[in-house]
Amino acid sequence: MKFAVIVFPGSNCDVDMYHAVKDALGEEVEYVSHTATNLEEFDGILLPGGFSYGDYLRTGALARFSNVMDEVVKAAEAGKPILGVCNGFQILLEAGLLPGAMRRNEKLKFMCRPVELRVDNNKTMFTSEYEVGEVITVPIAHGEGNYYCDEQTLARLQENNQIAFTYNGTNPNGSVADIAGITNERGNVLGMMPHPERAVEELLGSADGIKLFQSIVKNWRLAAHVVTS
Amino acid sequence: MMYKVKVYVTLRESVLDPQGSAVKGSLHQLNYKEVSDVRIGKYMELMIDETVADLDKTVKEICEKLLANTVIEDYRYEVEEVVTQ
Repeated sequence: MKFAVIVFPGSNCDVDMYHAVKDALGEEVEYVSHTATNLEEFDGILLPGGFSYGDYLRTGALARFSNVMDEVVKAAEAGKPILGVCNGFQILLEAGLLPGAMRRNEKLKFMCRPVELRVDNNKTMFTSEYEVGEVITVPIAHGEGNYYCDEQTLARLQENNQIAFTYNGTNPNGSVADIAGITNERGNVLGMMPHPERAVEELLGSADGIKLFQSIVKNWRLAAHVVTS
Repeated sequence: MMYKVKVYVTLRESVLDPQGSAVKGSLHQLNYKEVSDVRIGKYMELMIDETVADLDKTVKEICEKLLANTVIEDYRYEVEEVVTQ
């Protein structure tokens, strides 16, 4: 399986994402510039964390108009897995690929530490290797992770099982319904504030994030993309 | 002639403004107890050429596509005519 890590001006978790796929997961991966106009050769798209365009105006607001985002939208429509982590999640919200918006953390502090997440839905292409209700430890690092959506949107997210991860115990940012990560209705776009790519081997303090990447690969292979040698 | 468009973007009333709340707390500490609410927003100035076909339509589009995220923010604007040399 071949992944693209999209690099925006100001991305800073692109190397972590690349390392997670290449070394921990053992799949193909390439850096792709925000100016790229074709993503057809890639099977999965990864939007890394960072501060694209310096977080000017709003987080993700300017990155959303990069050339490559038209291609990300096309890939989403084609059903390819799209994972946005941290700033990547913020970009997916601004692009309208996921519902809702991001606010400053409730306590206005940049939060950087490992947190516990609960896997709320394991019937997605990103979470199938986890048990439902499983509690995992993954680091967060954000100042604007306070997810917001109105009540109708929250009801829809719950009805469609689009809430993939919630914070277990203390909510670090004040997000609606303790949301840490959501998928789109179709289930092929996941946005999350915590960084699974920073938790892919014990040396990093936790290997709980690797199953997310393994889920993507496993489901991609199951979807008849079987490699014949 | 140019149009100077002053755009104000604020969080919607229904959305908690943590920065505004923090500033209100500080004002209360300074003993301005009569301040009952503070909302923090953004102020932007656009210079738009007078040749624009439909100023209101253009400004609304700009605000809704980029300057404001209407999921959580409201916007309003004022227009001033500026004489250029």
